[in-house]
Amino acid sequence: MLDSAEIEALLLSLRIATVAVLCALPFALAAAALLSHRRFPGKAMVDGALHLPLVLPPVVVGYLLLLALGTRAPVGHWLLAHLGIRFAFSWTGAALASGIITFPFQVRAIRLAMEAIDGGIGQAAETLGAGAFDRFVNLTLPLALPGIVAGAITAFAACLGEFGAIITFVSNIPGETRTLPLAIYSALQSPGGEAEAAKLSVLSILLALAGVTLAQIADRRIRTYAGR
Amino acid sequence: MSLSVRIAHDFETFALDVRFAIEKPGITALFGPSGAGKTSIVNAIAGLLKPREGRIAVGDDVLLDTEARIFVPPRERRIGYLFQDSRLFPHMDVETNLRFGWRRAAERASEAEFARIVSLLGLGNLLARRPRNLSGGEKGRVALGRALLSSPRLLLLDEPLAALDAARRNEIMPYLERLRDEAALPMLYVSHSLDEVARLAGNVIVLKQGRVAAQGSVFDILADLEAMQSVDMPSYGAVIDTRVAFHREADGLSVLAFDGGELIVPRLNRTIGSRVRVRIRAEDVMLAAEEPRTISANNVLLCRVTAIHESGAAQADVQLACGKTSFVARITRASAKRLALAPGMPVFAIAKSVIVDLG
Repeated sequence: MLDSAEIEALLLSLRIATVAVLCALPFALAAAALLSHRRFPGKAMVDGALHLPLVLPPVVVGYLLLLALGTRAPVGHWLLAHLGIRFAFSWTGAALASGIITFPFQVRAIRLAMEAIDGGIGQAAETLGAGAFDRFVNLTLPLALPGIVAGAITAFAACLGEFGAIITFVSNIPGETRTLPLAIYSALQSPGGEAEAAKLSVLSILLALAGVTLAQIADRRIRTYAGR
Repeated sequence: MSLSVRIAHDFETFALDVRFAIEKPGITALFGPSGAGKTSIVNAIAGLLKPREGRIAVGDDVLLDTEARIFVPPRERRIGYLFQDSRLFPHMDVETNLRFGWRRAAERASEAEFARIVSLLGLGNLLARRPRNLSGGEKGRVALGRALLSSPRLLLLDEPLAALDAARRNEIMPYLERLRDEAALPMLYVSHSLDEVARLAGNVIVLKQGRVAAQGSVFDILADLEAMQSVDMPSYGAVIDTRVAFHREADGLSVLAFDGGELIVPRLNRTIGSRVRVRIRAEDVMLAAEEPRTISANNVLLCRVTAIHESGAAQADVQLACGKTSFVARITRASAKRLALAPGMPVFAIAKSVIVDLG
Protein backbone atom coordinates (compact mmCIF):
# COMPACT_ATOMS: atom_id res chain seq x y z
CA MET A 1 0.00 0.00 0.00
CA LEU A 2 2.64 2.50 1.08
CA ASP A 3 6.15 2.29 -0.22
CA SER A 4 9.17 2.79 2.00
CA ALA A 5 9.65 6.46 1.04
CA GLU A 6 6.02 7.19 1.92
CA ILE A 7 6.26 5.41 5.26
CA GLU A 8 9.46 7.35 5.89
CA ALA A 9 7.66 10.65 5.24
CA LEU A 10 4.78 9.63 7.53
CA LEU A 11 7.01 8.59 10.43
CA LEU A 12 9.18 11.67 9.98
CA SER A 13 6.10 13.90 10.13
CA LEU A 14 4.90 12.24 13.32
CA ARG A 15 8.36 12.44 14.93
CA ILE A 16 8.84 16.11 14.03
CA ALA A 17 5.35 17.05 15.27
CA THR A 18 5.79 15.13 18.55
CA VAL A 19 9.18 16.64 19.32
CA ALA A 20 8.00 20.12 18.31
CA VAL A 21 4.91 20.01 20.57
CA LEU A 22 6.66 18.47 23.59
CA CYS A 23 9.65 20.81 23.45
CA ALA A 24 7.44 23.90 23.07
CA LEU A 25 5.11 22.80 25.90
CA PRO A 26 7.18 24.00 28.91
CA PHE A 27 7.66 27.39 27.26
CA ALA A 28 3.97 27.56 26.41
CA LEU A 29 3.06 26.76 30.05
CA ALA A 30 5.38 29.48 31.31
CA ALA A 31 4.06 32.03 28.80
CA ALA A 32 0.43 31.15 29.57
CA ALA A 33 0.99 31.37 33.34
CA LEU A 34 2.71 34.73 32.89
CA LEU A 35 -0.09 36.13 30.72
CA SER A 36 -3.07 34.67 32.57
CA HIS A 37 -2.65 35.90 36.12
CA ARG A 38 0.05 38.53 36.20
CA ARG A 39 0.12 42.17 35.30
CA PHE A 40 3.41 43.66 34.24
CA PRO A 41 4.60 46.55 32.08
CA GLY A 42 4.76 45.62 28.40
CA LYS A 43 2.29 42.76 28.75
CA ALA A 44 0.45 43.78 25.58
CA MET A 45 3.75 43.73 23.64
CA VAL A 46 4.68 40.28 24.91
CA ASP A 47 1.18 39.06 24.12
CA GLY A 48 1.44 40.44 20.60
CA ALA A 49 4.93 39.05 20.00
CA LEU A 50 3.78 35.57 21.04
CA HIS A 51 1.02 35.71 18.44
CA LEU A 52 3.39 36.85 15.68
CA PRO A 53 4.02 33.33 14.24
CA LEU A 54 0.27 33.06 13.68
CA VAL A 55 0.16 36.09 11.35
CA LEU A 56 3.62 36.09 9.77
CA PRO A 57 3.99 34.15 6.50
CA PRO A 58 5.68 30.84 7.45
CA VAL A 59 8.26 31.50 4.75
CA VAL A 60 9.36 34.59 6.66
CA VAL A 61 9.72 32.58 9.87
CA GLY A 62 11.82 30.01 7.96
CA TYR A 63 13.96 32.75 6.45
CA LEU A 64 14.55 34.41 9.85
CA LEU A 65 15.55 31.03 11.30
CA LEU A 66 17.95 30.53 8.43
CA LEU A 67 19.47 33.96 9.10
CA ALA A 68 19.90 33.17 12.80
CA LEU A 69 20.68 29.48 12.87
CA GLY A 70 22.25 28.65 9.49
CA THR A 71 25.67 26.97 9.88
CA ARG A 72 27.42 30.17 8.90
CA ALA A 73 25.13 32.46 10.89
CA PRO A 74 26.56 33.60 14.27
CA VAL A 75 24.20 31.71 16.57
CA GLY A 76 24.07 28.59 14.39
CA HIS A 77 27.86 28.55 14.07
CA TRP A 78 28.33 28.90 17.83
CA LEU A 79 25.82 26.13 18.60
CA LEU A 80 27.53 23.76 16.18
CA ALA A 81 31.08 24.60 17.32
CA HIS A 82 30.46 24.46 21.08
CA LEU A 83 27.45 22.20 21.63
CA GLY A 84 27.44 20.15 18.46
CA ILE A 85 23.83 21.14 17.78
CA ARG A 86 22.89 21.64 14.17
CA PHE A 87 19.47 22.88 13.07
CA ALA A 88 20.12 23.77 9.44
CA PHE A 89 19.17 21.04 6.93
CA SER A 90 18.28 18.68 9.79
CA TRP A 91 14.96 17.22 11.08
CA THR A 92 15.61 19.01 14.41
CA GLY A 93 15.45 22.29 12.47
CA ALA A 94 12.08 21.20 11.05
CA ALA A 95 10.87 20.47 14.60
CA LEU A 96 12.12 23.88 15.78
CA ALA A 97 10.36 25.69 12.92
CA SER A 98 7.11 23.74 13.50
CA GLY A 99 7.30 24.35 17.24
CA ILE A 100 7.66 28.09 16.75
CA ILE A 101 4.86 28.32 14.16
CA THR A 102 2.41 26.38 16.37
CA PHE A 103 3.49 27.95 19.67
CA PRO A 104 0.57 30.45 19.77
CA PHE A 105 -1.97 27.58 19.55
CA GLN A 106 -0.58 26.03 22.71
CA VAL A 107 -0.24 29.30 24.64
CA ARG A 108 -3.75 30.39 23.73
CA ALA A 109 -5.49 27.16 24.78
CA ILE A 110 -3.54 26.87 28.04
CA ARG A 111 -4.05 30.52 28.89
CA LEU A 112 -7.82 30.31 28.42
CA ALA A 113 -7.94 27.22 30.64
CA MET A 114 -5.84 28.92 33.33
CA GLU A 115 -7.98 32.05 33.25
CA ALA A 116 -11.10 29.92 33.74
CA ILE A 117 -9.83 28.59 37.08
CA ASP A 118 -11.61 30.22 40.02
CA GLY A 119 -9.08 32.43 41.79
CA GLY A 120 -10.77 31.68 45.10
CA ILE A 121 -9.45 28.13 44.97
CA GLY A 122 -5.90 29.45 44.93
CA GLN A 123 -6.66 31.66 47.94
CA ALA A 124 -8.06 28.67 49.80
CA ALA A 125 -4.88 26.72 49.02
CA GLU A 126 -2.79 29.63 50.28
CA THR A 127 -4.57 29.62 53.65
CA LEU A 128 -3.92 25.86 53.78
CA GLY A 129 -0.17 26.39 53.51
CA ALA A 130 0.49 26.04 49.77
CA GLY A 131 3.15 28.31 48.22
CA ALA A 132 3.14 29.60 44.63
CA PHE A 133 4.98 26.64 43.04
CA ASP A 134 2.92 24.15 45.06
CA ARG A 135 -0.29 25.78 43.85
CA PHE A 136 0.93 25.81 40.23
CA VAL A 137 1.77 22.10 40.28
CA ASN A 138 -1.17 20.82 42.33
CA LEU A 139 -3.98 23.16 41.29
CA THR A 140 -3.20 25.16 38.14
CA LEU A 141 -1.69 22.33 36.07
CA PRO A 142 -4.31 19.66 36.79
CA LEU A 143 -7.20 22.11 36.46
CA ALA A 144 -5.80 23.49 33.18
CA LEU A 145 -5.18 19.99 31.82
CA PRO A 146 -8.12 20.07 29.37
CA GLY A 147 -6.65 23.22 27.85
CA ILE A 148 -3.12 21.84 27.85
CA VAL A 149 -4.21 18.70 25.97
CA ALA A 150 -6.45 20.63 23.59
CA GLY A 151 -3.59 23.02 22.80
CA ALA A 152 -1.14 20.17 22.29
CA ILE A 153 -3.46 18.31 19.91
CA THR A 154 -4.21 21.46 17.89
CA ALA A 155 -0.51 22.27 17.69
CA PHE A 156 0.31 18.67 16.72
CA ALA A 157 -2.20 18.77 13.87
CA ALA A 158 -0.85 22.13 12.70
CA CYS A 159 2.73 20.76 12.82
CA LEU A 160 1.74 17.90 10.50
CA GLY A 161 0.65 20.52 7.95
CA GLU A 162 3.62 22.88 8.23
CA PHE A 163 5.24 23.53 4.86
CA GLY A 164 6.63 26.99 4.27
CA ALA A 165 8.86 27.37 7.28
CA ILE A 166 10.29 23.87 6.92
CA ILE A 167 11.13 24.08 3.21
CA THR A 168 12.67 27.53 3.66
CA PHE A 169 14.75 26.72 6.74
CA VAL A 170 15.80 23.09 6.31
CA SER A 171 15.00 22.39 2.64
CA ASN A 172 13.35 19.25 1.25
CA ILE A 173 15.71 16.36 2.04
CA PRO A 174 14.23 12.84 1.75
CA GLY A 175 14.44 10.97 5.07
CA GLU A 176 15.63 14.08 6.91
CA THR A 177 13.21 16.95 6.34
CA ARG A 178 10.73 15.64 3.76
CA THR A 179 7.49 15.51 5.79
CA LEU A 180 4.09 14.57 4.33
CA PRO A 181 3.26 18.01 2.86
CA LEU A 182 6.75 18.26 1.35
CA ALA A 183 6.39 14.75 -0.06
CA ILE A 184 3.03 15.66 -1.63
CA TYR A 185 4.60 18.80 -3.10
CA SER A 186 7.56 16.78 -4.48
CA ALA A 187 5.22 14.18 -5.99
CA LEU A 188 3.26 16.90 -7.76
CA GLN A 189 6.51 18.37 -9.12
CA SER A 190 7.59 15.10 -10.72
CA PRO A 191 5.87 13.75 -13.88
CA GLY A 192 3.27 11.04 -13.14
CA GLY A 193 3.29 11.73 -9.44
CA GLU A 194 -0.43 12.57 -9.18
CA ALA A 195 -1.39 9.13 -7.89
CA GLU A 196 1.20 9.30 -5.13
CA ALA A 197 0.13 12.83 -4.22
CA ALA A 198 -3.47 11.67 -3.97
CA LYS A 199 -2.51 8.70 -1.78
CA LEU A 200 -0.50 10.91 0.58
CA SER A 201 -3.34 13.42 0.69
CA VAL A 202 -5.81 10.72 1.72
CA LEU A 203 -3.31 9.69 4.39
CA SER A 204 -3.19 13.30 5.65
CA ILE A 205 -6.96 13.45 5.80
CA LEU A 206 -7.17 10.17 7.77
CA LEU A 207 -4.51 11.43 10.14
CA ALA A 208 -6.44 14.66 10.72
CA LEU A 209 -9.69 12.73 11.38
CA ALA A 210 -7.94 10.46 13.88
CA GLY A 211 -6.49 13.50 15.62
CA VAL A 212 -9.84 15.27 15.93
CA THR A 213 -11.56 12.13 17.27
CA LEU A 214 -8.76 11.53 19.75
CA ALA A 215 -8.97 15.14 20.89
CA GLN A 216 -12.68 14.82 21.64
CA ILE A 217 -12.29 11.59 23.59
CA ALA A 218 -9.39 13.04 25.58
CA ASP A 219 -11.36 16.20 26.26
CA ARG A 220 -14.32 14.29 27.70
CA ARG A 221 -12.13 12.07 29.89
CA ILE A 222 -10.11 14.98 31.22
CA ARG A 223 -13.07 17.20 31.96
CA THR A 224 -14.45 14.45 34.18
CA TYR A 225 -11.09 14.19 35.87
CA ALA A 226 -10.80 17.93 36.43
CA GLY A 227 -14.27 18.01 37.98
CA ARG A 228 -15.74 20.39 35.43
CA MET B 1 -4.27 32.49 72.36
CA SER B 2 -5.28 36.05 71.67
CA LEU B 3 -5.84 37.99 68.49
CA SER B 4 -5.34 41.72 68.24
CA VAL B 5 -6.35 43.61 65.15
CA ARG B 6 -5.92 47.18 63.99
CA ILE B 7 -6.69 47.86 60.34
CA ALA B 8 -7.13 50.98 58.23
CA HIS B 9 -7.83 50.58 54.55
CA ASP B 10 -9.60 52.60 51.87
CA PHE B 11 -12.03 51.02 49.46
CA GLU B 12 -13.82 52.75 46.61
CA THR B 13 -17.10 52.95 48.47
CA PHE B 14 -16.05 53.08 52.12
CA ALA B 15 -13.12 53.31 54.51
CA LEU B 16 -12.30 50.56 56.97
CA ASP B 17 -10.93 51.63 60.32
CA VAL B 18 -11.23 49.07 63.09
CA ARG B 19 -9.45 48.01 66.23
CA PHE B 20 -10.41 45.06 68.40
CA ALA B 21 -8.99 42.14 70.35
CA ILE B 22 -10.14 38.62 71.05
CA GLU B 23 -8.83 37.09 74.26
CA LYS B 24 -10.81 33.89 74.67
CA PRO B 25 -11.43 30.71 72.72
CA GLY B 26 -14.97 30.13 71.49
CA ILE B 27 -16.87 32.01 68.80
CA THR B 28 -16.64 35.77 68.40
CA ALA B 29 -19.15 37.10 65.92
CA LEU B 30 -18.26 39.87 63.50
CA PHE B 31 -21.75 41.17 63.05
CA GLY B 32 -23.25 43.87 60.89
CA PRO B 33 -25.17 44.61 57.70
CA SER B 34 -23.60 43.69 54.36
CA GLY B 35 -21.06 46.22 53.21
CA ALA B 36 -19.89 46.95 56.76
CA GLY B 37 -16.43 45.54 56.00
CA LYS B 38 -16.72 42.17 57.71
CA THR B 39 -15.17 40.07 54.93
CA SER B 40 -12.40 42.62 54.37
CA ILE B 41 -11.41 42.25 58.02
CA VAL B 42 -11.15 38.45 57.90
CA ASN B 43 -9.32 38.67 54.56
CA ALA B 44 -6.78 40.99 56.18
CA ILE B 45 -6.37 38.59 59.10
CA ALA B 46 -5.85 35.68 56.69
CA GLY B 47 -3.37 37.75 54.67
CA LEU B 48 -5.48 37.80 51.50
CA LEU B 49 -5.87 41.57 51.78
CA LYS B 50 -2.93 43.86 52.50
CA PRO B 51 -4.35 46.85 54.37
CA ARG B 52 -2.93 50.32 53.87
CA GLU B 53 -2.11 50.56 57.55
CA GLY B 54 -2.39 48.36 60.59
CA ARG B 55 -1.09 45.67 62.89
CA ILE B 56 -2.37 42.13 63.35
CA ALA B 57 -0.94 39.73 65.92
CA VAL B 58 -1.85 36.26 67.16
CA GLY B 59 -0.40 35.93 70.64
CA ASP B 60 3.15 37.31 70.37
CA ASP B 61 3.37 36.46 66.69
CA VAL B 62 3.07 39.58 64.56
CA LEU B 63 1.46 38.78 61.20
CA LEU B 64 1.21 42.31 59.90
CA ASP B 65 2.80 45.55 60.94
CA THR B 66 2.81 48.17 58.23
CA GLU B 67 5.11 50.45 60.22
CA ALA B 68 7.69 47.72 60.78
CA ARG B 69 7.11 46.47 57.21
CA ILE B 70 6.10 43.02 58.40
CA PHE B 71 3.79 40.97 56.21
CA VAL B 72 3.60 37.25 56.83
CA PRO B 73 2.23 35.53 53.70
CA PRO B 74 -1.07 33.63 54.11
CA ARG B 75 0.53 30.19 53.82
CA GLU B 76 2.67 30.83 56.90
CA ARG B 77 -0.04 32.29 59.11
CA ARG B 78 -1.63 29.04 60.28
CA ILE B 79 -5.07 30.60 60.17
CA GLY B 80 -7.94 28.41 58.99
CA TYR B 81 -10.45 30.04 56.67
CA LEU B 82 -13.90 28.68 55.92
CA PHE B 83 -15.14 30.53 52.84
CA GLN B 84 -18.78 31.19 52.11
CA ASP B 85 -18.53 29.24 48.84
CA SER B 86 -16.49 26.41 50.43
CA ARG B 87 -13.86 26.49 47.63
CA LEU B 88 -13.13 22.78 47.53
CA PHE B 89 -10.60 21.55 44.97
CA PRO B 90 -12.80 20.10 42.19
CA HIS B 91 -10.23 17.62 40.88
CA MET B 92 -9.61 15.98 44.25
CA ASP B 93 -11.86 13.62 46.17
CA VAL B 94 -13.05 14.55 49.66
CA GLU B 95 -10.22 12.77 51.46
CA THR B 96 -7.55 14.44 49.31
CA ASN B 97 -9.23 17.78 49.97
CA LEU B 98 -9.21 17.08 53.70
CA ARG B 99 -5.56 16.10 53.64
CA PHE B 100 -4.43 19.12 51.56
CA GLY B 101 -3.78 21.43 54.50
CA TRP B 102 -3.02 18.50 56.82
CA ARG B 103 -0.10 17.42 54.59
CA ARG B 104 1.33 20.93 54.51
CA ALA B 105 1.03 21.69 58.24
CA ALA B 106 4.29 22.14 60.13
CA GLU B 107 2.84 20.16 63.03
CA ARG B 108 0.65 17.59 61.35
CA ALA B 109 -2.36 16.31 63.25
CA SER B 110 -2.27 12.58 64.06
CA GLU B 111 -4.29 9.98 62.15
CA ALA B 112 -6.42 9.64 65.29
CA GLU B 113 -7.17 13.36 65.12
CA PHE B 114 -7.97 13.01 61.43
CA ALA B 115 -10.43 10.22 62.23
CA ARG B 116 -11.91 12.27 65.07
CA ILE B 117 -12.63 15.28 62.85
CA VAL B 118 -14.01 13.05 60.08
CA SER B 119 -16.45 11.56 62.58
CA LEU B 120 -17.20 14.89 64.31
CA LEU B 121 -18.29 16.33 60.96
CA GLY B 122 -19.94 13.12 59.75
CA LEU B 123 -17.70 12.81 56.68
CA GLY B 124 -16.99 9.07 56.95
CA ASN B 125 -18.97 7.95 53.93
CA LEU B 126 -18.11 10.96 51.76
CA LEU B 127 -14.35 10.41 51.62
CA ALA B 128 -14.22 8.91 48.12
CA ARG B 129 -16.62 11.41 46.55
CA ARG B 130 -15.79 14.34 44.29
CA PRO B 131 -16.98 17.83 45.34
CA ARG B 132 -19.40 18.05 42.39
CA ASN B 133 -21.31 15.08 43.88
CA LEU B 134 -21.79 16.77 47.26
CA SER B 135 -24.74 18.83 48.47
CA GLY B 136 -24.18 22.39 49.63
CA GLY B 137 -24.27 21.34 53.27
CA GLU B 138 -21.82 18.50 52.67
CA LYS B 139 -19.44 20.85 50.86
CA GLY B 140 -19.54 23.19 53.84
CA ARG B 141 -18.71 20.37 56.24
CA VAL B 142 -15.81 19.16 54.08
CA ALA B 143 -14.42 22.69 53.83
CA LEU B 144 -14.72 23.04 57.62
CA GLY B 145 -12.88 19.75 58.11
CA ARG B 146 -10.19 20.77 55.62
CA ALA B 147 -9.59 24.04 57.50
CA LEU B 148 -9.53 22.31 60.91
CA LEU B 149 -7.07 19.64 59.74
CA SER B 150 -4.51 22.26 58.71
CA SER B 151 -3.89 22.69 62.48
CA PRO B 152 -4.85 26.36 62.60
CA ARG B 153 -4.44 28.48 65.72
CA LEU B 154 -7.43 30.59 64.74
CA LEU B 155 -10.41 29.84 62.51
CA LEU B 156 -12.12 32.42 60.32
CA LEU B 157 -15.64 31.65 59.16
CA ASP B 158 -17.04 33.96 56.49
CA GLU B 159 -20.83 33.57 56.49
CA PRO B 160 -20.52 29.80 56.13
CA LEU B 161 -24.30 29.35 56.23
CA ALA B 162 -25.41 32.31 54.12
CA ALA B 163 -25.47 30.45 50.80
CA LEU B 164 -27.50 27.54 52.21
CA ASP B 165 -31.23 27.03 52.57
CA ALA B 166 -32.77 26.61 56.01
CA ALA B 167 -32.59 22.80 55.96
CA ARG B 168 -28.87 22.77 55.04
CA ARG B 169 -28.21 25.47 57.62
CA ASN B 170 -29.76 23.34 60.33
CA GLU B 171 -27.62 20.48 59.11
CA ILE B 172 -24.35 22.39 59.72
CA MET B 173 -25.31 24.41 62.79
CA PRO B 174 -24.99 21.49 65.26
CA TYR B 175 -21.48 20.75 63.95
CA LEU B 176 -20.46 24.35 64.57
CA GLU B 177 -21.91 24.14 68.08
CA ARG B 178 -19.99 20.94 68.80
CA LEU B 179 -16.83 22.50 67.49
CA ARG B 180 -17.35 25.55 69.70
CA ASP B 181 -17.88 23.35 72.75
CA GLU B 182 -15.15 20.77 72.07
CA ALA B 183 -12.27 22.63 70.42
CA ALA B 184 -10.11 25.12 72.27
CA LEU B 185 -9.87 27.10 69.06
CA PRO B 186 -10.74 30.79 68.83
CA MET B 187 -13.13 31.42 65.96
CA LEU B 188 -14.08 34.64 64.25
CA TYR B 189 -17.51 34.21 62.73
CA VAL B 190 -18.71 36.68 60.12
CA SER B 191 -22.47 36.97 59.92
CA HIS B 192 -25.31 39.32 59.22
CA SER B 193 -27.82 36.89 60.69
CA LEU B 194 -29.00 37.66 64.18
CA ASP B 195 -30.21 34.06 64.56
CA GLU B 196 -26.76 32.61 63.95
CA VAL B 197 -25.04 35.12 66.19
CA ALA B 198 -27.51 34.61 69.04
CA ARG B 199 -27.16 30.86 68.77
CA LEU B 200 -23.40 30.47 68.35
CA ALA B 201 -21.43 33.45 69.59
CA GLY B 202 -19.96 34.17 73.00
CA ASN B 203 -18.80 37.65 72.09
CA VAL B 204 -19.99 40.05 69.43
CA ILE B 205 -18.26 42.84 67.56
CA VAL B 206 -20.83 45.03 65.86
CA LEU B 207 -19.61 46.72 62.67
CA LYS B 208 -21.12 49.67 60.91
CA GLN B 209 -19.70 51.25 57.76
CA GLY B 210 -16.19 50.03 58.40
CA ARG B 211 -16.09 50.89 62.09
CA VAL B 212 -16.68 49.04 65.34
CA ALA B 213 -20.03 50.28 66.66
CA ALA B 214 -20.10 48.11 69.78
CA GLN B 215 -18.47 45.04 71.25
CA GLY B 216 -19.05 42.81 74.24
CA SER B 217 -20.67 39.57 75.29
CA VAL B 218 -23.55 38.34 73.17
CA PHE B 219 -25.85 38.73 76.20
CA ASP B 220 -24.98 42.38 76.64
CA ILE B 221 -24.82 43.35 72.97
CA LEU B 222 -28.04 41.74 71.83
CA ALA B 223 -29.87 43.34 74.74
CA ASP B 224 -28.21 46.68 74.02
CA LEU B 225 -30.83 48.51 72.04
CA GLU B 226 -28.61 51.37 71.01
CA ALA B 227 -25.98 49.04 69.59
CA MET B 228 -28.57 47.06 67.67
CA GLN B 229 -30.38 50.12 66.39
CA SER B 230 -27.10 51.61 65.23
CA VAL B 231 -26.85 48.80 62.66
CA ASP B 232 -30.58 48.82 61.88
CA MET B 233 -31.08 45.43 63.45
CA PRO B 234 -34.10 44.63 65.56
CA SER B 235 -33.03 43.31 68.91
CA TYR B 236 -34.09 40.02 70.38
CA GLY B 237 -34.02 41.69 73.74
CA ALA B 238 -32.35 38.83 75.52
CA VAL B 239 -30.07 35.87 74.92
CA ILE B 240 -29.77 33.69 78.02
CA ASP B 241 -27.56 30.70 78.76
CA THR B 242 -29.47 28.28 80.98
CA ARG B 243 -29.13 24.77 82.36
CA VAL B 244 -31.85 22.17 82.48
CA ALA B 245 -32.80 22.12 86.21
CA PHE B 246 -35.47 19.40 86.12
CA HIS B 247 -38.35 18.12 84.05
CA ARG B 248 -41.96 18.34 85.20
CA GLU B 249 -42.92 15.13 83.47
CA ALA B 250 -46.59 15.23 84.58
CA ASP B 251 -47.04 18.68 82.95
CA GLY B 252 -44.78 17.96 79.96
CA LEU B 253 -42.52 20.87 80.86
CA SER B 254 -38.85 21.51 81.50
CA VAL B 255 -37.50 24.04 83.99
CA LEU B 256 -34.41 25.97 82.92
CA ALA B 257 -32.32 27.73 85.58
CA PHE B 258 -30.31 30.87 84.87
CA ASP B 259 -28.59 33.57 86.86
CA GLY B 260 -31.68 35.49 87.99
CA GLY B 261 -34.44 32.90 88.02
CA GLU B 262 -36.09 30.06 86.18
CA LEU B 263 -37.85 29.69 82.87
CA ILE B 264 -40.48 27.11 82.04
CA VAL B 265 -40.57 25.70 78.51
CA PRO B 266 -42.19 22.69 76.82
CA ARG B 267 -40.41 19.42 77.70
CA LEU B 268 -36.92 19.37 76.11
CA ASN B 269 -35.23 16.18 75.09
CA ARG B 270 -32.13 17.07 77.10
CA THR B 271 -30.52 15.58 80.20
CA ILE B 272 -30.61 17.47 83.47
CA GLY B 273 -27.66 19.84 83.75
CA SER B 274 -27.14 20.28 79.97
CA ARG B 275 -26.66 23.78 78.60
CA VAL B 276 -29.44 25.38 76.59
CA ARG B 277 -29.37 28.84 75.08
CA VAL B 278 -32.71 30.61 74.81
CA ARG B 279 -33.87 33.91 73.37
CA ILE B 280 -36.68 36.16 74.48
CA ARG B 281 -37.82 38.83 72.03
CA ALA B 282 -38.51 42.31 73.37
CA GLU B 283 -41.96 42.17 71.73
CA ASP B 284 -42.78 39.04 73.74
CA VAL B 285 -42.26 40.63 77.15
CA MET B 286 -45.10 42.34 79.05
CA LEU B 287 -44.59 44.33 82.23
CA ALA B 288 -46.66 44.50 85.41
CA ALA B 289 -46.13 46.82 88.36
CA GLU B 290 -47.67 44.30 90.77
CA GLU B 291 -47.23 40.55 90.80
CA PRO B 292 -49.82 39.04 88.47
CA ARG B 293 -51.21 36.03 90.34
CA THR B 294 -53.89 34.84 87.99
CA ILE B 295 -52.33 34.76 84.56
CA SER B 296 -51.88 32.05 81.94
CA ALA B 297 -48.21 32.83 81.22
CA ASN B 298 -45.74 30.48 82.93
CA ASN B 299 -42.78 32.80 83.02
CA VAL B 300 -43.09 35.73 85.40
CA LEU B 301 -39.78 37.20 86.55
CA LEU B 302 -39.12 39.90 89.10
CA CYS B 303 -36.77 42.44 87.48
CA ARG B 304 -35.49 45.95 87.97
CA VAL B 305 -35.76 48.68 85.33
CA THR B 306 -32.28 49.87 84.30
CA ALA B 307 -33.11 52.23 81.43
CA ILE B 308 -35.91 53.34 79.15
CA HIS B 309 -35.36 54.23 75.49
CA GLU B 310 -38.06 55.76 73.37
CA SER B 311 -38.17 54.19 69.94
CA GLY B 312 -40.40 54.45 66.91
CA ALA B 313 -43.52 56.55 66.96
CA ALA B 314 -45.12 55.30 70.13
CA GLN B 315 -42.82 52.67 71.54
CA ALA B 316 -40.64 52.46 74.60
CA ASP B 317 -37.93 49.84 75.01
CA VAL B 318 -37.48 49.11 78.67
CA GLN B 319 -34.15 47.61 79.65
CA LEU B 320 -34.44 45.24 82.59
CA ALA B 321 -32.06 43.38 84.88
CA CYS B 322 -33.02 40.07 86.42
CA GLY B 323 -30.13 38.95 88.58
CA LYS B 324 -27.16 39.26 86.20
CA THR B 325 -29.30 38.73 83.13
CA SER B 326 -30.48 41.55 80.87
CA PHE B 327 -33.91 41.62 79.28
CA VAL B 328 -35.72 44.11 77.13
CA ALA B 329 -39.44 44.73 76.97
CA ARG B 330 -40.98 46.62 74.07
CA ILE B 331 -44.16 48.35 75.25
CA THR B 332 -46.04 51.47 74.24
CA ARG B 333 -45.02 54.82 75.65
CA ALA B 334 -48.53 55.20 76.99
CA SER B 335 -48.09 52.01 79.03
CA ALA B 336 -44.73 53.17 80.34
CA LYS B 337 -46.35 56.39 81.51
CA ARG B 338 -49.31 54.60 83.07
CA LEU B 339 -46.99 52.26 85.04
CA ALA B 340 -44.80 55.27 85.95
CA LEU B 341 -41.71 53.29 84.97
CA ALA B 342 -38.38 54.76 86.04
CA PRO B 343 -34.85 53.39 86.37
CA GLY B 344 -34.39 51.44 89.60
CA MET B 345 -38.05 50.47 89.88
CA PRO B 346 -38.93 46.80 90.43
CA VAL B 347 -41.35 45.30 87.87
CA PHE B 348 -42.64 41.88 86.91
CA ALA B 349 -41.69 40.79 83.41
CA ILE B 350 -44.03 38.31 81.76
CA ALA B 351 -42.43 36.38 78.89
CA LYS B 352 -45.15 35.27 76.49
CA SER B 353 -42.78 33.05 74.55
CA VAL B 354 -39.27 31.68 74.93
CA ILE B 355 -37.35 30.64 71.81
CA VAL B 356 -35.23 27.52 72.31
CA ASP B 357 -32.62 26.59 69.66
CA LEU B 358 -31.63 22.98 69.72
CA GLY B 359 -29.22 21.41 67.27
